[in-house]
Amino acid sequence: MKPRHRRLAAVVGGLALLGVGAALVLNAFQSNLVFFFSPTQVAAKEAPLDKTFRLGGMVRDGSLKRRTDGLTVDFVVTDTAKDIPVTYTGILPDLFKEGKGVVTQGRLGPDGVFRASEVLAKHDENYMPPEAADALKKAHNEGAAKSLVPGK
Amino acid sequence: MFSNLFNFASPQAFYPVAGRMISWFGWSAALLGVAGLYIAFFVAPTDATQGESYRIIFIHVPAAWMSMFLYLVMAGWAGLGLVLNTRLSGMMASALAPTGAMFTVVALVTGLLWGKPTWGTYWVWDARLTSELFLLFLYLGFMALKEAIDDPQRADRAGAILALVGVVNIPIIYFSVQWWNTLHQGASVSLTRAPSMAATMLAGMLVMALAAWMYSIAVSLARVRAIIVAREQDAAWVRSGTR
Repeated sequence: MKPRHRRLAAVVGGLALLGVGAALVLNAFQSNLVFFFSPTQVAAKEAPLDKTFRLGGMVRDGSLKRRTDGLTVDFVVTDTAKDIPVTYTGILPDLFKEGKGVVTQGRLGPDGVFRASEVLAKHDENYMPPEAADALKKAHNEGAAKSLVPGK
Repeated sequence: MFSNLFNFASPQAFYPVAGRMISWFGWSAALLGVAGLYIAFFVAPTDATQGESYRIIFIHVPAAWMSMFLYLVMAGWAGLGLVLNTRLSGMMASALAPTGAMFTVVALVTGLLWGKPTWGTYWVWDARLTSELFLLFLYLGFMALKEAIDDPQRADRAGAILALVGVVNIPIIYFSVQWWNTLHQGASVSLTRAPSMAATMLAGMLVMALAAWMYSIAVSLARVRAIIVAREQDAAWVRSGTR
């Protein structure tokens, strides 16, 4: 074995060991690396329910209600399997919309309502011009209408 | 053919070649940059949900790609130097580090400015953002370590080991949005499926990415020439000024 082969083996072996080590560490800290918990995880009590944690999912369509004080909002965060009601007082980010992703930070109250102290909008990876978005929505609505009216 | 290629591993042979390539890559970077910015601002449509603020992707995404890719190239050169003991390899790694660090800063800062209007916050400690910040520290640590050791060969070896250890971070950055829940969105462009963005947006982004490549090559070549002259200042070919 020439010295440079030995050094190559050391570099490759070192990298492999390092990779395995990193994989084990990341696996061990898996639960600490998640940025938010989904409603299903909260329902299964996987989230630290007695502490502040982040809840993430979609704002359910039609669930957003603004109270008369103009600052407090109630909405429902869903992952389509489970729903968690959320209440928040403060300014919402521009991209906060029904049917869009959201990440909220706060505590789960004894009544099952999540009291958020911070609301962040989570953007998805789709980028399209408004015309394309309208066309998609229209196609979706027409599809839904067709399925409601048989024979049309 | 390979014996010819290995000739360029000598700093003396590589120096004039690098000099000839700089202007070519530099002009390519300038032309592609102008074309990319034109598409970005005048051709690409407004985004349906984000409005105009999405245009950050034309600089943010190429910068983030370059920050990761340059680290891999830098670590590759460093590893090559460690295995083959070639003199030029360590110089190449040193030449790439500042450009990589710059692109990391650009990715982080543009991300901050985009995050406030879009997410509602400048910074969160999610896996993607944290690992990209760690990448900046790796670049800075690599440069600081090399500067701290006077003997160039020992500096190259120490830097190479640090660079190789840091390689672990690159797949973590790239796959963080798949492996864990993050606030940062998933990849819009990947090799395995169709991109989830309008064609002109994608075109602008790819042209800008190509411009970033050309810029990185031009700047790294210019920097490696400076490093060659500094390190070989006692060699006959540098002193005689025949370069």
